Amino acid sequence: MGNVAVIGAGMTKFGELWDKGLEDLIAEAGAKAVNDANIDGEDIQAIYGGNMSAGRFIGQEHIGALIADAIGLTPIPSTRVEAACASGGLALREAYLAVKSGTYDVVVAGGVEKMTDVYSEQVTQTLGGAGDQQWEVFNGVTFPSLYAMMARRHMHDYGTTEEQMAAVAVKNHSNGSKNPYAQFPFKVTLEQVMSSSKVAEPLKLLDCSPITDGAAVVILASEKFARKLPQEPIWIIGSAHTTDTLALHDRKSLTSIEATRLAGRQAMKQAGVTPKDIDLAEVHDCFTIAEIMAMEDLGFSKRGEGGKDVESGKFNLNSELSVNTSGGLKSCGHPVGATGIKQAVEVTWQLRGEAGKRQVDDAKVGLTHNVGGSGATAVVHIFSKEVD
Amino acid sequence: MPHRKSLASIWRRIPQRYRGESTMCLNCGRHFFPPRHFCPYCRRKSKIAPYTISGRGKVMSYTVVHVAQEGFERQVPYVIAIVELEEGPKLTAQLCAVEPEDVRIGMPVEMSFRRISEDKDDGIIHYGYKFSPILSPKK
Ligand SMILES: [Zn+2]
Repeated sequence: MGNVAVIGAGMTKFGELWDKGLEDLIAEAGAKAVNDANIDGEDIQAIYGGNMSAGRFIGQEHIGALIADAIGLTPIPSTRVEAACASGGLALREAYLAVKSGTYDVVVAGGVEKMTDVYSEQVTQTLGGAGDQQWEVFNGVTFPSLYAMMARRHMHDYGTTEEQMAAVAVKNHSNGSKNPYAQFPFKVTLEQVMSSSKVAEPLKLLDCSPITDGAAVVILASEKFARKLPQEPIWIIGSAHTTDTLALHDRKSLTSIEATRLAGRQAMKQAGVTPKDIDLAEVHDCFTIAEIMAMEDLGFSKRGEGGKDVESGKFNLNSELSVNTSGGLKSCGHPVGATGIKQAVEVTWQLRGEAGKRQVDDAKVGLTHNVGGSGATAVVHIFSKEVD
Repeated sequence: MPHRKSLASIWRRIPQRYRGESTMCLNCGRHFFPPRHFCPYCRRKSKIAPYTISGRGKVMSYTVVHVAQEGFERQVPYVIAIVELEEGPKLTAQLCAVEPEDVRIGMPVEMSFRRISEDKDDGIIHYGYKFSPILSPKK
């Protein structure tokens, strides 16, 4: 089977975008990616669109056809992909498989979420649906409370501190302050994070990712097609998707996301790389503790040492491993269905050397990590400038 | 929210929520909560039989919720915990009859039947299980 390339990438600014509807967002990101790819609309053969919950956020279902319509690509097949907060990452995975299988030469992998048309309590309720409605949410669980229980147990077992979690927010806001697409492109201090209001202890407001509107698109192509284009393609050299129990309480561990561990291992094995070979990673920091666990589960930190590592600066821009150069979900924003694709857009720009003030020096290999719910879905991709 | 307001969806879960009725696998001896239709470890060799949970366990982790979802706003701050039952299954529930600052990982707790939440507009009151500390652990 041939190699799969990213030939184009584009995204909207992330934020509270009152003047843009879901169809405007995906059309803008789609047009940017198609222009970036130097292709015509008629080259595109299929669309995979990540979207968590347009039905509850804007009362709209049938998002596959809506995307094809919005970007003017009917009658080609267009499929909505849903895996809660990993919907975007999973759309990328499905698009990758469609090209890898030889079925198509050029496909769109997109993600979009319009979250700010409803009140924040309704957003809380809808995001709760990423967990188990019957056996978690019914009993008073909120989405942050699940990660809060992981954080509490991580603190208990490994001595992780609230300051170490806050250090994730400080780092990601520092990166996001260099990203013109970020929802909150400004720095925050450790004191600001520590003194922000309590959400679900030990998590505070600035430990949490925000409510965001936005869309992102990458165009994937077969090697044969990609080699005909003037620009240098970026290659997807590893791709993996895993699942685990819907409810957090049914998992083997509260301090590790097993789905991430397995997906990371599978993707790295396929790519023939180890954690040391990776120059930058866009990981799923829906809450600060989630980035700490991701570092451990993906093999960038020893078990229990993710907090110490982020505090020591190991994951700062242009240090040992640059983590969440876009600002992550925390500072760049988290339009749930778009996040997994935004991660791929950021890594593509980084590997091309187009990331401006947040550019990672000499970036050759990048990783994206997208999680659904409290860890019931994980999707990991590895991208490279070079391919065998 | 429709999935919480249907009476059938409430009634269907009464055996579990009110009485702790569940299932276990006689092939491997694992207990489940909520009930499973087959054992994920034994699959085709599963031998599913009914059992009622002990209701006694210990706190594996917990959080104090300050920003609640609809129907729980009047309860904040409240404690949510993951409890591991003596016979193995783990579940998520509120802790009651305890101050948030007194909760500890490893604390022994037991299940009780409680009011869980109220729907605002149509007035359904949801009942189920919460856990409270066992003051002198029974064996
Ligand atoms: Zn069994």
